[in-house]
Amino acid sequence: MTEQATGAPKPQPRARNGGQQPTSVPAQAPRITGAQSLIRALEEVGADTVFGIPGGAILPAYDPMMDSSRVRHVLVRHEQGAGHAATGYAQATGRVGVCMATSGPGATNLVTPLADAHMDSVPMVAITGQVAAGSIGTDAFQEADICGISMPVTKHNFLVKDPDEIPRTIAEAFHIASTGRPGPVLVDIAKDALQGETVFQWPPTAELPGYRPVTKPHGKQIREAAKLISEARRPVLYVGGGVLKAGATAELKVLAELTGAPVTTTLMGIGAFPDSHPQHLGMPGMHGTVAAVTALQKADLIVALGARFDDRVTGKLDSFAPYAKIVHADIDPAEIGKNRAADVPIVGDAREVLADLVVSVQTEQSERPGEPGDRYADWWAMLDRWRETYPLGYDKPEDGSLAPQQVIQRIGELAPEGTVFAAGVGQHQMWAAHFIDYEQPATWLNSGGLGTMGYAVPAALGAKVGMPERAVWAIDGDGCFQMTNQELVTAALNGAPIKVAVINNGALGMVRQWQTLFYNQRYSNTVLHDGEQGEPNRGTRVPDFVKLAEAMGCVGIRCEDPDELDAVIEKANAINDRPVVVDFIVHEDAMVWPMVAAGTSNDEVMAARGVRPDFGDSDD
Amino acid sequence: MSKHTLSVLVENTPGILARIASLFSRRGFNIDSLAVGVTEHPDISRITIVVNVEDLPLEQVTKQLNKLVNVLKIVELEPSSAVQRELVLVKVRADNDTRSQIVEIVSLFRAKTVDVSPEAVTVEATGSADKLEAMLKMLEPYGIKELVQSGTIAIGRGARSITDRSLRALERSA
Repeated sequence: MTEQATGAPKPQPRARNGGQQPTSVPAQAPRITGAQSLIRALEEVGADTVFGIPGGAILPAYDPMMDSSRVRHVLVRHEQGAGHAATGYAQATGRVGVCMATSGPGATNLVTPLADAHMDSVPMVAITGQVAAGSIGTDAFQEADICGISMPVTKHNFLVKDPDEIPRTIAEAFHIASTGRPGPVLVDIAKDALQGETVFQWPPTAELPGYRPVTKPHGKQIREAAKLISEARRPVLYVGGGVLKAGATAELKVLAELTGAPVTTTLMGIGAFPDSHPQHLGMPGMHGTVAAVTALQKADLIVALGARFDDRVTGKLDSFAPYAKIVHADIDPAEIGKNRAADVPIVGDAREVLADLVVSVQTEQSERPGEPGDRYADWWAMLDRWRETYPLGYDKPEDGSLAPQQVIQRIGELAPEGTVFAAGVGQHQMWAAHFIDYEQPATWLNSGGLGTMGYAVPAALGAKVGMPERAVWAIDGDGCFQMTNQELVTAALNGAPIKVAVINNGALGMVRQWQTLFYNQRYSNTVLHDGEQGEPNRGTRVPDFVKLAEAMGCVGIRCEDPDELDAVIEKANAINDRPVVVDFIVHEDAMVWPMVAAGTSNDEVMAARGVRPDFGDSDD
Repeated sequence: MSKHTLSVLVENTPGILARIASLFSRRGFNIDSLAVGVTEHPDISRITIVVNVEDLPLEQVTKQLNKLVNVLKIVELEPSSAVQRELVLVKVRADNDTRSQIVEIVSLFRAKTVDVSPEAVTVEATGSADKLEAMLKMLEPYGIKELVQSGTIAIGRGARSITDRSLRALERSA
């Protein structure tokens, strides 16, 4: 009989609130409704903002919400917007994002943001109304089994039928969402539980015997990792979103500078290490920099910190980093060894892992006197050569139109310090990852794992509501923008003056790029201006984003001329009383480079179209 | 591929079986057999799952199962140190010529005849999967009219109990 090795023992239960006993119910405790109890619980857990939209089954909750001075409700136009806004809020502030919807279609509209938050480990609590307990299972009006539907895309979910259980469930939901590997938790509450009478008890009793994440890394594993780091000749620190979630950016910088090892931050890890730092190689993966992709391929040691060897990073898995030993630190034991076997597995919170690693590496270094300070000099010579030979770049269009990369780069350069950027999904997302410098954590929000088009506008809204003092730019594509732009109304009406750059190439650009490269330039259904039978409708401006923006209470500006670019961006930056939408008309043929074609090895990285870097035999 | 028997202790909450079944299907793991029942503690159910996977995917199965909030503990029961049993009820065609032969097979396998009619006998048998397979092979020539089989259940040999610690955990949290 063997207990399964899961990297850590199954946690013992632990009472929350420092083991505090539940408060006893006063003899004359007032009887309130389940709905009032829900709002009280939200106040107690510190939820200051709820993005949502009411409907039949959740209606009882909206009545006491009106009286709450501590919970602000932001009325969105579509539940998907509520979900992504909660995600943007959570990603920017580090606090749990909250969204609310009614039963049936309200709840099912949350499925995409739930899946998105699940893939990107975003702490989020979604509260949905459900039909009355007695009607569950009868195909009642607006009934949907949202617990069943959301099971694969949430960290956990609850169905509450008893008003007495509301406070405990809310406390547990916030605890689960925000601890360990964060994730979305859905709480589905039957309408009669919201209407029924109960007594509010706080803090509630913890009842999560099967949930206690391991945060403290194992000392032996840390020492083993430190030993490998000290022995390595070609190490790379491969940094993912876990480092941002753990708030471990300071510790990361110390370790990086202590070891002198190069750092690459994944799409989810951008901002964890300053882009301007000389040890930063840029982003790895399918559209990573040549230096970062190649560094991982040639490394003899990869130290993965809060990253998960996603297929977009590894390319063809069996040819990924063939020479590298792997130290893999993650708070989720299931990520370790899932895609790539780890030589040294470390289960723990990235901040504790990094802090412990720093101490162990210092010990290793002190025990190895005589080691040269620049032990990785040969490695850096190679890395610098790749960086210098294959830097990120782009060509300006010959016809004098705007280059999308230039637009994004200038927005980044002209934005005030601390500006939060939220991107959609596609070419503009990759350019925003490449051409804007991120110096601080939580300044880059995007949909990494699920790749949800339409993420940018609502996520920017959520970020702005959570951090009103910060400038927030959404970098969106014209395809993405047409999926969720209705939330500009929400932004305009709720004092959230976000700025939206529509990188308008008139096409679903990333898909079009693949058609250019892999489908013989047959542009099936990717040209957004096309009408019937593929008739080009260029210049028809359907929809006209400037008019659309104005119709939604925003300022609309169009920019087509590179000479006007800076002036337009500065004009947008100066508007702070309303959201701004800038329709940047850019060249449609711009492509994202470098690129590793899907399903091929990262050794096949192309620096630009038809340009395969020459690494020479001496590099191997 | 090899078979592994997992004993999964779970909180006895609604929907827990769906959570586990959904996890197996979405992660592409195959369940060979599944049996669910309460334990000596009414708040804990025990799910015995036989999976057919390589060792590395097995580690993924257990790690993913462990992430389910309602899962308390997972133990792999090795065949050498555990008792594993299945139950079958089988209706075999029988007439005056064959009935005594069937009854003889049944007693050889220490199974029981639980129902007799002029055309059939119903046999109840418990045992390891191998033993039951051997018995069914012997009965097959007579004509199997109907067969129903339970999932495997298993328990470790010796005095140690896998539920002890989980029980204490549950009590402390209550």
